[in-house]
Amino acid sequence: MSVVEAAAVRSGKAQDGAAEAIHVENLHKKFGELHVLKGVSLSARDGEVIAIIGGSGSGKSTLLRCINCLENPTSGIIRVNGEEIKLKADSHGHTIPADRKQIERIRSKLGMVFQNFNLWSHMTLIENVIEVPVHVLGVKRDVAIGEAEKLLARVGLAEKRDVYPAYLSGGQQQRAAIARALAINPRVMLFDEPTSALDPELVGEVLKVIGDLAREGRTMVLVTHEMKFAREVATHVVYLYNGLVEEEGPPEQIFGAPKSERLKQFIRNIG
Amino acid sequence: MGCGVAPCPTCSIFPRHVCRRRSRRRLVSTSGATLIDALLSASAAGITELLSPYPPGWGGALLVGLLHSIEIALGATCLGLLIGTGGAYGKLYGGPVVRDLLAVYTTIVRAVPELVLILLLYYAGTDLINQALTAMGYQRVDVSGLAAGIAVLGFVQGAYSTEVIRGAILAIPQGQIEAARAYGMSPGLMLRRITLPSMLPFAIPGLANLWLIATKDTALLAVVGFYELALATRQAAGVTKAYFTFFFAAGVLYLLLSLFSNLVIGRVETWSRRGMPSLKEAR
Repeated sequence: MSVVEAAAVRSGKAQDGAAEAIHVENLHKKFGELHVLKGVSLSARDGEVIAIIGGSGSGKSTLLRCINCLENPTSGIIRVNGEEIKLKADSHGHTIPADRKQIERIRSKLGMVFQNFNLWSHMTLIENVIEVPVHVLGVKRDVAIGEAEKLLARVGLAEKRDVYPAYLSGGQQQRAAIARALAINPRVMLFDEPTSALDPELVGEVLKVIGDLAREGRTMVLVTHEMKFAREVATHVVYLYNGLVEEEGPPEQIFGAPKSERLKQFIRNIG
Repeated sequence: MGCGVAPCPTCSIFPRHVCRRRSRRRLVSTSGATLIDALLSASAAGITELLSPYPPGWGGALLVGLLHSIEIALGATCLGLLIGTGGAYGKLYGGPVVRDLLAVYTTIVRAVPELVLILLLYYAGTDLINQALTAMGYQRVDVSGLAAGIAVLGFVQGAYSTEVIRGAILAIPQGQIEAARAYGMSPGLMLRRITLPSMLPFAIPGLANLWLIATKDTALLAVVGFYELALATRQAAGVTKAYFTFFFAAGVLYLLLSLFSNLVIGRVETWSRRGMPSLKEAR
Protein backbone atom coordinates (compact mmCIF):
# COMPACT_ATOMS: atom_id res chain seq x y z
CA MET A 1 0.00 0.00 0.00
CA SER A 2 1.17 3.48 -0.81
CA VAL A 3 0.90 4.62 2.82
CA VAL A 4 3.47 2.11 3.97
CA GLU A 5 5.75 2.95 1.07
CA ALA A 6 5.45 6.64 1.80
CA ALA A 7 6.24 6.02 5.45
CA ALA A 8 9.26 3.99 4.46
CA VAL A 9 10.47 6.75 2.21
CA ARG A 10 10.06 9.32 4.98
CA SER A 11 11.77 7.27 7.64
CA GLY A 12 14.70 6.99 5.27
CA LYS A 13 15.07 10.73 5.34
CA ALA A 14 18.24 10.74 7.37
CA GLN A 15 18.96 14.14 8.86
CA ASP A 16 21.75 15.48 10.96
CA GLY A 17 22.51 13.87 14.31
CA ALA A 18 19.84 15.74 16.31
CA ALA A 19 17.75 13.49 18.53
CA GLU A 20 14.20 12.77 17.50
CA ALA A 21 11.83 14.59 19.86
CA ILE A 22 8.61 13.36 18.29
CA HIS A 23 8.08 10.33 16.14
CA VAL A 24 4.68 9.37 14.79
CA GLU A 25 4.28 6.27 12.68
CA ASN A 26 1.33 5.02 10.68
CA LEU A 27 -1.21 6.80 12.89
CA HIS A 28 -4.89 6.03 12.43
CA LYS A 29 -7.76 7.80 14.14
CA LYS A 30 -11.42 6.98 13.74
CA PHE A 31 -14.32 8.88 15.30
CA GLY A 32 -16.96 6.18 15.03
CA GLU A 33 -17.38 5.63 11.30
CA LEU A 34 -15.37 8.71 10.41
CA HIS A 35 -11.80 7.80 9.45
CA VAL A 36 -9.92 11.05 10.12
CA LEU A 37 -6.30 9.93 10.04
CA LYS A 38 -5.48 7.09 7.67
CA GLY A 39 -1.89 6.26 8.44
CA VAL A 40 0.12 9.41 9.03
CA SER A 41 3.79 9.49 9.90
CA LEU A 42 5.67 12.49 11.20
CA SER A 43 9.00 13.17 12.78
CA ALA A 44 10.40 16.21 14.59
CA ARG A 45 14.06 16.36 15.52
CA ASP A 46 15.42 18.79 18.08
CA GLY A 47 15.44 22.31 16.72
CA GLU A 48 13.08 21.54 13.87
CA VAL A 49 9.93 23.54 13.24
CA ILE A 50 7.33 21.34 11.59
CA ALA A 51 4.40 23.16 10.02
CA ILE A 52 1.31 21.07 9.33
CA ILE A 53 -0.93 22.61 6.71
CA GLY A 54 -4.04 21.40 4.98
CA GLY A 55 -7.66 22.16 4.32
CA SER A 56 -10.49 22.03 6.78
CA GLY A 57 -11.18 18.44 7.86
CA SER A 58 -7.83 17.17 6.61
CA GLY A 59 -7.02 15.90 10.12
CA LYS A 60 -4.19 18.29 10.98
CA SER A 61 -5.56 19.31 14.41
CA THR A 62 -6.40 15.69 15.19
CA LEU A 63 -2.85 14.69 14.35
CA LEU A 64 -1.44 17.31 16.71
CA ARG A 65 -3.87 16.35 19.48
CA CYS A 66 -2.95 12.69 19.13
CA ILE A 67 0.70 13.50 19.92
CA ASN A 68 -0.13 14.23 23.57
CA CYS A 69 -3.12 11.89 23.62
CA LEU A 70 -5.76 14.61 23.95
CA GLU A 71 -7.28 12.38 21.28
CA ASN A 72 -6.48 8.71 21.65
CA PRO A 73 -5.22 7.30 18.36
CA THR A 74 -7.03 4.22 17.05
CA SER A 75 -3.74 2.63 16.07
CA GLY A 76 -0.17 3.58 15.35
CA ILE A 77 3.02 4.42 17.18
CA ILE A 78 3.81 7.67 18.97
CA ARG A 79 7.20 8.26 20.52
CA VAL A 80 8.04 11.38 22.53
CA ASN A 81 11.68 11.76 23.56
CA GLY A 82 12.21 8.24 22.34
CA GLU A 83 9.61 6.92 24.79
CA GLU A 84 6.74 5.10 23.14
CA ILE A 85 3.28 5.90 24.48
CA LYS A 86 1.77 2.66 25.74
CA LEU A 87 -1.75 2.15 24.44
CA LYS A 88 -4.33 -0.50 25.21
CA ALA A 89 -7.88 -1.31 24.20
CA ASP A 90 -10.63 -0.63 26.74
CA SER A 91 -13.79 -2.72 27.20
CA HIS A 92 -15.49 -0.95 24.26
CA GLY A 93 -12.58 -1.58 21.93
CA HIS A 94 -11.42 2.05 22.05
CA THR A 95 -7.71 2.62 22.36
CA ILE A 96 -6.73 4.39 25.56
CA PRO A 97 -3.41 5.12 27.24
CA ALA A 98 -2.28 2.06 29.19
CA ASP A 99 -0.33 4.03 31.78
CA ARG A 100 -1.86 7.25 33.11
CA LYS A 101 1.37 8.26 34.88
CA GLN A 102 3.33 7.89 31.66
CA ILE A 103 0.87 10.06 29.76
CA GLU A 104 0.97 12.72 32.47
CA ARG A 105 4.78 12.68 32.45
CA ILE A 106 4.92 13.00 28.66
CA ARG A 107 2.28 15.72 28.59
CA SER A 108 4.19 17.80 31.11
CA LYS A 109 7.07 17.99 28.59
CA LEU A 110 4.90 19.18 25.71
CA GLY A 111 3.84 22.82 25.76
CA MET A 112 0.45 22.98 24.10
CA VAL A 113 -0.98 26.24 22.77
CA PHE A 114 -4.65 26.11 21.78
CA GLN A 115 -6.70 27.88 19.17
CA ASN A 116 -8.97 29.34 21.89
CA PHE A 117 -6.13 30.05 24.38
CA ASN A 118 -7.84 28.04 27.15
CA LEU A 119 -6.30 30.05 29.95
CA TRP A 120 -7.79 29.18 33.34
CA SER A 121 -10.32 31.93 33.91
CA HIS A 122 -10.22 31.89 37.70
CA MET A 123 -6.51 32.62 37.80
CA THR A 124 -4.56 35.78 37.01
CA LEU A 125 -1.91 35.60 34.29
CA ILE A 126 0.91 34.96 36.74
CA GLU A 127 -1.14 32.24 38.45
CA ASN A 128 -1.84 30.67 35.07
CA VAL A 129 1.85 30.62 34.23
CA ILE A 130 3.07 29.18 37.57
CA GLU A 131 0.22 26.65 37.90
CA VAL A 132 1.84 23.72 36.10
CA PRO A 133 5.43 24.32 37.31
CA VAL A 134 4.26 24.53 40.94
CA HIS A 135 1.57 21.87 41.06
CA VAL A 136 2.67 19.36 38.42
CA LEU A 137 6.44 19.75 38.23
CA GLY A 138 6.99 20.61 41.90
CA VAL A 139 8.96 23.83 41.38
CA LYS A 140 9.11 26.09 44.45
CA ARG A 141 6.52 28.84 44.27
CA ASP A 142 8.88 31.82 44.54
CA VAL A 143 11.23 30.34 41.95
CA ALA A 144 8.29 29.74 39.62
CA ILE A 145 7.05 33.29 40.11
CA GLY A 146 10.48 34.67 39.20
CA GLU A 147 10.54 32.57 36.03
CA ALA A 148 6.96 33.46 35.18
CA GLU A 149 7.65 37.17 35.49
CA LYS A 150 10.52 36.83 33.01
CA LEU A 151 8.32 34.89 30.59
CA LEU A 152 5.47 37.39 30.83
CA ALA A 153 7.94 40.21 30.23
CA ARG A 154 9.24 38.33 27.23
CA VAL A 155 5.78 38.12 25.63
CA GLY A 156 5.21 41.77 26.52
CA LEU A 157 2.73 41.25 29.34
CA ALA A 158 4.80 42.10 32.41
CA GLU A 159 2.41 44.75 33.65
CA LYS A 160 -0.62 42.48 33.17
CA ARG A 161 0.58 39.85 35.62
CA ASP A 162 -2.28 40.31 38.09
CA VAL A 163 -5.04 40.65 35.50
CA TYR A 164 -7.59 37.91 34.84
CA PRO A 165 -7.68 36.55 31.26
CA ALA A 166 -11.24 37.73 30.59
CA TYR A 167 -10.04 41.35 30.76
CA LEU A 168 -7.46 40.90 28.00
CA SER A 169 -7.61 40.93 24.22
CA GLY A 170 -7.34 37.68 22.28
CA GLY A 171 -3.78 38.49 21.25
CA GLN A 172 -2.75 39.17 24.84
CA GLN A 173 -4.43 35.97 26.01
CA GLN A 174 -2.65 33.93 23.38
CA ARG A 175 0.70 35.47 24.28
CA ALA A 176 0.00 34.61 27.92
CA ALA A 177 -0.87 31.07 26.84
CA ILE A 178 2.50 30.86 25.10
CA ALA A 179 4.18 32.03 28.32
CA ARG A 180 2.27 29.30 30.18
CA ALA A 181 3.55 26.72 27.71
CA LEU A 182 7.14 28.01 27.98
CA ALA A 183 6.97 27.88 31.78
CA ILE A 184 7.20 24.09 31.79
CA ASN A 185 10.42 24.34 29.78
CA PRO A 186 8.93 22.05 27.16
CA ARG A 187 10.88 19.68 24.96
CA VAL A 188 8.47 20.46 22.14
CA MET A 189 5.92 23.23 21.68
CA LEU A 190 2.65 22.20 20.05
CA PHE A 191 0.63 24.96 18.42
CA ASP A 192 -2.94 24.18 17.37
CA GLU A 193 -3.94 26.96 14.96
CA PRO A 194 -2.76 29.63 17.42
CA THR A 195 -3.99 32.60 15.40
CA SER A 196 -7.26 31.27 13.97
CA ALA A 197 -9.45 32.76 16.72
CA LEU A 198 -7.81 36.19 16.60
CA ASP A 199 -8.88 39.42 14.98
CA PRO A 200 -6.66 40.10 11.97
CA GLU A 201 -4.90 43.04 13.59
CA LEU A 202 -3.92 40.86 16.58
CA VAL A 203 -2.40 38.03 14.52
CA GLY A 204 0.90 39.85 14.02
CA GLU A 205 1.79 40.20 17.71
CA VAL A 206 1.27 36.46 18.31
CA LEU A 207 3.16 35.39 15.19
CA LYS A 208 6.05 37.60 16.23
CA VAL A 209 6.33 35.74 19.57
CA ILE A 210 6.13 32.35 17.87
CA GLY A 211 8.62 33.43 15.21
CA ASP A 212 11.11 34.51 17.90
CA LEU A 213 10.79 31.09 19.53
CA ALA A 214 11.40 29.38 16.20
CA ARG A 215 14.48 31.47 15.51
CA GLU A 216 16.02 30.63 18.89
CA GLY A 217 15.86 26.96 17.94
CA ARG A 218 12.86 25.66 19.86
CA THR A 219 11.42 22.43 18.59
CA MET A 220 7.88 23.10 17.46
CA VAL A 221 4.99 21.42 15.71
CA LEU A 222 2.68 24.04 14.35
CA VAL A 223 -0.74 23.59 12.79
CA THR A 224 -1.49 26.79 10.94
CA HIS A 225 -3.40 28.56 8.21
CA GLU A 226 -0.79 31.32 7.99
CA MET A 227 1.06 30.14 4.88
CA LYS A 228 3.40 33.11 4.72
CA PHE A 229 4.37 32.52 8.33
CA ALA A 230 4.83 28.78 7.80
CA ARG A 231 7.11 29.52 4.89
CA GLU A 232 9.20 31.89 7.03
CA VAL A 233 9.67 29.86 10.20
CA ALA A 234 9.21 26.20 9.29
CA THR A 235 12.12 23.90 8.58
CA HIS A 236 9.78 21.24 7.26
CA VAL A 237 6.22 21.48 5.96
CA VAL A 238 3.69 18.65 5.92
CA TYR A 239 0.62 18.97 3.72
CA LEU A 240 -2.26 16.77 4.89
CA TYR A 241 -5.11 15.89 2.61
CA ASN A 242 -8.04 13.75 3.69
CA GLY A 243 -6.18 12.05 6.53
CA LEU A 244 -2.98 11.31 4.61
CA VAL A 245 0.30 13.11 4.05
CA GLU A 246 -0.11 14.29 0.47
CA GLU A 247 3.25 16.01 0.22
CA GLU A 248 6.01 17.15 2.53
CA GLY A 249 9.38 18.79 2.33
CA PRO A 250 11.27 21.99 3.03
CA PRO A 251 9.11 25.14 2.77
CA GLU A 252 10.82 26.37 -0.42
CA GLN A 253 9.84 23.16 -2.18
CA ILE A 254 6.29 22.95 -0.77
CA PHE A 255 5.42 26.55 -1.50
CA GLY A 256 7.79 27.19 -4.39
CA ALA A 257 7.56 24.00 -6.42
CA PRO A 258 4.65 21.85 -5.24
CA LYS A 259 4.39 18.54 -7.05
CA SER A 260 0.93 17.38 -6.06
CA GLU A 261 -2.01 18.81 -7.98
CA ARG A 262 -4.04 19.12 -4.76
CA LEU A 263 -1.28 21.08 -3.01
CA LYS A 264 -0.98 23.42 -5.99
CA GLN A 265 -4.73 23.96 -5.83
CA PHE A 266 -4.59 24.49 -2.04
CA ILE A 267 -1.82 27.07 -2.25
CA ARG A 268 -3.61 28.89 -5.07
CA ASN A 269 -6.84 29.02 -3.07
CA ILE A 270 -5.34 30.10 0.21
CA GLY A 271 -2.70 32.48 -1.15
CA MET B 1 -33.72 78.27 68.59
CA GLY B 2 -33.69 81.39 66.61
CA CYS B 3 -34.95 79.88 63.39
CA GLY B 4 -38.34 81.45 63.78
CA VAL B 5 -40.43 78.31 63.68
CA ALA B 6 -41.99 77.40 67.00
CA PRO B 7 -41.92 73.73 67.96
CA CYS B 8 -45.18 71.89 68.26
CA PRO B 9 -46.43 71.99 71.85
CA THR B 10 -47.63 68.38 71.90
CA CYS B 11 -44.64 66.55 70.50
CA SER B 12 -42.05 69.37 70.69
CA ILE B 13 -40.07 67.74 67.89
CA PHE B 14 -41.69 68.82 64.68
CA PRO B 15 -42.29 72.45 63.88
CA ARG B 16 -45.92 73.35 64.41
CA HIS B 17 -46.89 73.57 60.73
CA VAL B 18 -45.58 70.06 60.07
CA CYS B 19 -47.14 68.59 63.11
CA ARG B 20 -50.58 70.04 62.52
CA ARG B 21 -51.65 67.35 60.09
CA ARG B 22 -50.23 64.59 62.24
CA SER B 23 -51.98 65.82 65.37
CA ARG B 24 -55.28 66.11 63.51
CA ARG B 25 -55.08 62.51 62.32
CA ARG B 26 -54.19 61.50 65.81
CA LEU B 27 -57.27 63.23 67.21
CA VAL B 28 -59.54 61.23 64.94
CA SER B 29 -58.19 57.84 66.05
CA THR B 30 -57.45 58.61 69.63
CA SER B 31 -59.78 56.04 71.13
CA GLY B 32 -58.46 53.13 68.96
CA ALA B 33 -54.86 54.11 69.45
CA THR B 34 -55.10 54.28 73.21
CA LEU B 35 -56.70 50.85 73.27
CA ILE B 36 -53.84 49.31 71.23
CA ASP B 37 -51.29 51.23 73.27
CA ALA B 38 -52.74 49.84 76.44
CA LEU B 39 -52.80 46.30 75.10
CA LEU B 40 -49.24 46.52 73.82
CA SER B 41 -47.82 47.96 76.99
CA ALA B 42 -49.59 45.26 78.99
CA SER B 43 -48.26 42.41 76.83
CA ALA B 44 -44.86 43.93 76.02
CA ALA B 45 -43.66 43.17 79.49
CA GLY B 46 -45.08 39.65 79.16
CA ILE B 47 -43.41 39.08 75.78
CA THR B 48 -39.97 40.18 76.93
CA GLU B 49 -40.43 37.96 79.95
CA LEU B 50 -41.47 35.00 77.77
CA LEU B 51 -38.59 35.53 75.33
CA SER B 52 -36.00 36.23 78.01
CA PRO B 53 -32.96 34.01 77.49
CA TYR B 54 -32.97 33.05 81.16
CA PRO B 55 -35.58 30.77 82.76
CA PRO B 56 -38.44 31.09 83.25
CA GLY B 57 -38.16 32.83 79.85
CA TRP B 58 -37.98 30.52 76.81
CA GLY B 59 -35.59 32.59 74.70
CA GLY B 60 -32.63 30.47 75.72
CA ALA B 61 -34.43 27.28 74.68
CA LEU B 62 -35.20 28.80 71.30
CA LEU B 63 -31.58 29.83 70.81
CA VAL B 64 -30.36 26.34 71.70
CA GLY B 65 -32.85 24.99 69.17
CA LEU B 66 -31.53 27.42 66.56
CA LEU B 67 -27.97 26.34 67.33
CA HIS B 68 -28.94 22.70 66.82
CA SER B 69 -30.69 23.58 63.57
CA ILE B 70 -27.56 25.36 62.32
CA GLU B 71 -25.38 22.42 63.34
CA ILE B 72 -27.57 20.01 61.42
CA ALA B 73 -27.82 22.27 58.39
CA LEU B 74 -24.05 22.79 58.28
CA GLY B 75 -23.30 19.12 58.70
CA ALA B 76 -25.93 18.06 56.18
CA THR B 77 -24.75 20.62 53.61
CA CYS B 78 -21.11 19.54 53.97
CA LEU B 79 -22.08 15.89 53.67
CA GLY B 80 -24.36 16.78 50.76
CA LEU B 81 -21.52 18.62 48.99
CA LEU B 82 -19.22 15.63 49.36
CA ILE B 83 -21.86 13.24 48.06
CA GLY B 84 -22.81 15.75 45.37
CA THR B 85 -19.25 16.20 44.10
CA GLY B 86 -18.67 12.46 44.01
CA GLY B 87 -22.10 11.90 42.49
CA ALA B 88 -21.57 14.50 39.78
CA TYR B 89 -18.20 13.00 38.90
CA GLY B 90 -19.67 9.53 38.85
CA LYS B 91 -22.56 10.61 36.64
CA LEU B 92 -20.27 12.45 34.22
CA TYR B 93 -17.24 10.18 34.05
CA GLY B 94 -18.26 6.92 35.73
CA GLY B 95 -18.86 3.56 34.13
CA PRO B 96 -22.36 2.35 33.23
CA VAL B 97 -22.93 0.64 36.60
CA VAL B 98 -21.94 3.69 38.62
CA ARG B 99 -24.10 5.89 36.43
CA ASP B 100 -27.14 3.65 36.82
CA LEU B 101 -26.73 3.43 40.59
CA LEU B 102 -26.45 7.22 40.84
CA ALA B 103 -29.48 7.67 38.61
CA VAL B 104 -31.49 5.42 40.96
CA TYR B 105 -30.22 7.37 43.98
CA THR B 106 -31.03 10.84 42.64
CA THR B 107 -34.36 9.74 41.19
CA ILE B 108 -35.65 8.06 44.34
CA VAL B 109 -34.44 10.69 46.78
CA ARG B 110 -35.89 13.49 44.68
CA ALA B 111 -39.15 11.63 44.10
CA VAL B 112 -40.06 10.78 47.71
CA PRO B 113 -41.21 13.58 50.05
CA GLU B 114 -38.45 14.55 52.44
CA LEU B 115 -40.63 13.99 55.49
CA VAL B 116 -41.27 10.41 54.40
CA LEU B 117 -37.57 9.89 53.69
CA ILE B 118 -36.61 11.27 57.08
CA LEU B 119 -39.07 8.99 58.88
CA LEU B 120 -37.99 6.03 56.77
CA LEU B 121 -34.24 6.59 57.06
CA TYR B 122 -34.34 7.61 60.71
CA TYR B 123 -36.43 4.72 62.05
CA ALA B 124 -35.57 2.08 59.49
CA GLY B 125 -31.96 3.22 59.32
CA THR B 126 -31.31 3.04 63.07
CA ASP B 127 -33.22 -0.22 63.21
CA LEU B 128 -31.08 -1.67 60.40
CA ILE B 129 -27.88 -0.60 62.12
CA ASN B 130 -29.00 -2.18 65.36
CA GLN B 131 -30.12 -5.38 63.67
CA ALA B 132 -26.77 -5.61 61.95
CA LEU B 133 -24.99 -4.96 65.23
CA THR B 134 -26.96 -7.60 67.14
CA ALA B 135 -26.49 -10.05 64.28
CA MET B 136 -22.74 -9.55 64.58
CA GLY B 137 -22.98 -10.00 68.32
CA TYR B 138 -22.58 -6.39 69.41
CA GLN B 139 -24.78 -4.38 71.74
CA ARG B 140 -27.54 -2.18 70.38
CA VAL B 141 -26.56 1.47 70.21
CA ASP B 142 -28.53 4.66 70.53
CA VAL B 143 -27.84 6.60 67.36
CA SER B 144 -27.31 10.23 68.36
CA GLY B 145 -30.00 12.54 67.07
CA LEU B 146 -27.41 14.93 65.68
CA ALA B 147 -25.53 12.26 63.72
CA ALA B 148 -28.74 10.72 62.44
CA GLY B 149 -30.12 14.12 61.47
CA ILE B 150 -26.97 15.06 59.59
CA ALA B 151 -26.82 11.68 57.86
CA VAL B 152 -30.46 11.74 56.78
CA LEU B 153 -30.56 15.35 55.58
CA GLY B 154 -27.09 15.02 54.03
CA PHE B 155 -28.28 11.99 52.08
CA VAL B 156 -31.20 14.04 50.73
CA GLN B 157 -29.03 17.10 50.05
CA GLY B 158 -26.51 14.91 48.24
CA ALA B 159 -29.05 13.97 45.59
CA TYR B 160 -29.89 17.58 44.83
CA SER B 161 -26.23 18.69 45.03
CA THR B 162 -25.28 15.98 42.55
CA GLU B 163 -27.47 17.56 39.90
CA VAL B 164 -26.45 21.15 40.74
CA ILE B 165 -22.74 20.30 40.60
CA ARG B 166 -23.13 18.15 37.49
CA GLY B 167 -24.76 21.09 35.72
CA ALA B 168 -22.02 23.43 36.93
CA ILE B 169 -19.24 21.12 35.70
CA LEU B 170 -20.95 20.91 32.31
CA ALA B 171 -20.98 24.71 32.20
CA ILE B 172 -17.18 24.99 32.51
CA PRO B 173 -15.65 25.88 29.14
CA GLN B 174 -14.25 22.49 28.06
CA GLY B 175 -11.05 24.08 26.82
CA GLN B 176 -9.97 24.80 30.39
CA ILE B 177 -10.33 21.14 31.34
CA GLU B 178 -8.50 20.19 28.16
CA ALA B 179 -5.64 22.56 28.97
CA ALA B 180 -5.32 20.94 32.40
CA ARG B 181 -5.14 17.51 30.76
CA ALA B 182 -2.68 18.73 28.14
CA TYR B 183 -0.28 19.87 30.86
CA GLY B 184 -0.23 16.52 32.61
CA MET B 185 -2.45 17.20 35.60
CA SER B 186 -3.62 14.10 37.41
CA PRO B 187 -7.39 13.72 37.89
CA GLY B 188 -7.19 14.62 41.60
CA LEU B 189 -5.10 17.72 40.98
CA MET B 190 -7.36 18.77 38.12
CA LEU B 191 -10.44 18.43 40.37
CA ARG B 192 -8.85 20.53 43.10
CA ARG B 193 -7.12 23.20 41.03
CA ILE B 194 -9.30 23.56 37.94
CA THR B 195 -12.68 21.82 37.98
CA LEU B 196 -13.95 22.82 41.43
CA PRO B 197 -12.89 26.49 41.27
CA SER B 198 -14.16 26.84 37.69
CA MET B 199 -17.53 25.27 38.37
CA LEU B 200 -18.12 27.23 41.59
CA PRO B 201 -19.60 30.38 40.01
CA PHE B 202 -22.09 28.20 38.13
CA ALA B 203 -22.94 26.13 41.20
CA ILE B 204 -23.29 28.84 43.84
CA PRO B 205 -26.87 29.95 43.04
CA GLY B 206 -28.09 26.34 43.18
CA LEU B 207 -26.01 25.46 46.22
CA ALA B 208 -27.21 28.59 48.02
CA ASN B 209 -30.78 27.42 47.45
CA LEU B 210 -29.87 24.05 48.88
CA TRP B 211 -28.27 25.61 51.96
CA LEU B 212 -31.35 27.73 52.65
CA ILE B 213 -33.58 24.70 52.14
CA ALA B 214 -31.34 22.74 54.51
CA THR B 215 -31.71 25.33 57.26
CA LYS B 216 -35.48 24.98 57.04
CA ASP B 217 -35.53 21.22 56.47
CA THR B 218 -34.03 20.85 59.93
CA ALA B 219 -37.58 21.61 61.15
CA LEU B 220 -38.68 18.28 59.69
CA LEU B 221 -36.44 16.52 62.20
CA ALA B 222 -38.83 17.69 64.92
CA VAL B 223 -41.08 14.77 63.94
CA VAL B 224 -38.42 12.29 65.02
CA GLY B 225 -37.96 14.15 68.29
CA PHE B 226 -34.71 15.94 67.51
CA TYR B 227 -34.48 19.10 69.57
CA GLU B 228 -34.12 21.88 67.04
CA LEU B 229 -35.75 25.27 66.60
CA ALA B 230 -39.19 24.06 65.52
CA LEU B 231 -39.50 21.57 68.36
CA ALA B 232 -38.19 24.11 70.89
CA THR B 233 -40.77 26.58 69.64
CA ARG B 234 -43.58 24.07 69.88
CA GLN B 235 -42.64 23.19 73.44
CA ALA B 236 -42.34 26.80 74.51
CA ALA B 237 -45.63 27.69 72.85
CA GLY B 238 -47.38 24.64 74.27
CA VAL B 239 -46.32 25.35 77.83
CA THR B 240 -47.00 29.08 77.83
CA LYS B 241 -49.95 29.07 75.36
CA ALA B 242 -48.26 32.07 73.70
CA TYR B 243 -48.40 30.43 70.26
CA PHE B 244 -48.24 33.58 68.20
CA THR B 245 -45.34 35.04 70.16
CA PHE B 246 -43.13 31.97 69.91
CA PHE B 247 -43.85 30.99 66.33
CA PHE B 248 -43.38 34.60 65.30
CA ALA B 249 -40.08 34.67 67.17
CA ALA B 250 -39.01 31.43 65.49
CA GLY B 251 -39.93 32.93 62.13
CA VAL B 252 -37.75 35.94 62.88
CA LEU B 253 -34.86 33.65 63.84
CA TYR B 254 -35.18 31.69 60.56
CA LEU B 255 -35.32 34.99 58.69
CA LEU B 256 -32.21 36.31 60.46
CA LEU B 257 -30.39 33.09 59.62
CA SER B 258 -31.37 33.46 55.96
CA LEU B 259 -30.34 37.11 55.85
CA PHE B 260 -26.97 36.31 57.39
CA SER B 261 -26.56 33.40 54.97
CA ASN B 262 -27.31 35.71 52.04
CA LEU B 263 -24.60 38.05 53.22
CA VAL B 264 -22.01 35.27 53.38
CA ILE B 265 -23.13 33.66 50.13
CA GLY B 266 -22.93 37.02 48.37
CA ARG B 267 -19.32 37.37 49.47
CA VAL B 268 -18.46 33.85 48.36
CA GLU B 269 -20.13 34.37 45.00
CA THR B 270 -18.26 37.61 44.35
CA TRP B 271 -15.01 35.83 45.19
CA SER B 272 -15.80 32.85 43.00
CA ARG B 273 -16.56 35.14 40.04
CA ARG B 274 -13.28 37.02 40.47
CA GLY B 275 -12.09 36.23 36.95
CA MET B 276 -15.37 37.08 35.26
CA PRO B 277 -16.28 40.56 34.11
CA SER B 278 -19.49 41.72 35.78
CA LEU B 279 -22.65 41.39 33.72
CA LYS B 280 -23.51 45.01 34.44
CA GLU B 281 -20.39 46.15 32.62
CA ALA B 282 -21.23 43.98 29.66
CA ARG B 283 -24.67 45.54 29.24
